[in-house]
Amino acid sequence: MERLPLKSKVLSENQIIAESLRTRFREHGVLCLNLISSPGSGKTALLERTLASLDPATRVCVLTGDIQTDNDARRLAQYGFPVQQITTGGTCHLDGRMIEKHLALWNLDEIDLLFIENVGNLVCPSSYDLGEASKIVLLSVTEGEDKPLKYPSIFFKSDLFLLTKIDLLPYVPFNAETAEANARLVHPGMEIVRASSTAEGGLDAWLAWLKRRMAQAQSQVFASAEQ
Amino acid sequence: MHELSIAESILKAVRKELASRPGARPIRVGLRIGELAAVDVDSLSFCFEAILKGTEWETLQLDARVCPQRRICKDCGHEFAVVEYNATCPMCASTGTRVTSGDELDFDYLEIETDGTPAIEVQGVE
Repeated sequence: MERLPLKSKVLSENQIIAESLRTRFREHGVLCLNLISSPGSGKTALLERTLASLDPATRVCVLTGDIQTDNDARRLAQYGFPVQQITTGGTCHLDGRMIEKHLALWNLDEIDLLFIENVGNLVCPSSYDLGEASKIVLLSVTEGEDKPLKYPSIFFKSDLFLLTKIDLLPYVPFNAETAEANARLVHPGMEIVRASSTAEGGLDAWLAWLKRRMAQAQSQVFASAEQ
Repeated sequence: MHELSIAESILKAVRKELASRPGARPIRVGLRIGELAAVDVDSLSFCFEAILKGTEWETLQLDARVCPQRRICKDCGHEFAVVEYNATCPMCASTGTRVTSGDELDFDYLEIETDGTPAIEVQGVE
């Protein structure tokens, strides 16, 4: 019997694809954001309202993942930006290869912002790097305040926690401060933004965050071009 | 249930490792799985057994070791085991801590039995 030490990561194949995507995004100045949440936390509604609020000159594309149906792609396509549905046919998460394959139809030079709406699932998508600049986790106020403690991996790996459906706070026994404290317990210093996709001005803080991150992504391209 | 995809990735890696060792039979594959990796070990073992059933590697064992989360404090330098996902430093109460282990999903080792056939050099394989 012989024991061979192994050094690699189990998902090294996905990791290699993700790193190559990340390099391409950086070189082309694309800000790629990977949205993750349980089913029904409001990822598609957030994207709909976001697309409706963006300046039509913004070069934004959306990849939306689901196990079945192209309902989300049809909802999102109404806003005039390029959208592709990724139907996984049973798989509970998106992986790097799916992103690579669908991006082949688009020219990265013509994209400033790429949203990836992952399959609704708070567990599995956290294991798969898609080359994104940031993962964003959404949690709605109709879920539980202890979700960050129950699903720590995704809160640990996300840069931003979007607390959604805050217009419903008066009607549900949900303590936003507790939920946010739980998220910061798992991920100290985590950025948190409260959002409502239905209330007037409910996305202002989120849109400001987005604007700041897009400006950062662009300035990185200029900085590397000057070197 | 992404454990099935992970089980398939493990088998792929074992196959790749054995490509350069024609006389070898895999006995056990060791993994290190961090508690932040979002991988359920029982479910992974179940999937691993299921995809091996009826194949020549049916007896291949999976040894998955769960690695607890450890952090180091950026302020006082104290390294500690994280209890209940509380990332605050127990020495100085700082929240400025960073993970040193617990988010890995790594191979550890592969145990093989050989029939004496020497390993061959494979070019271009990591």
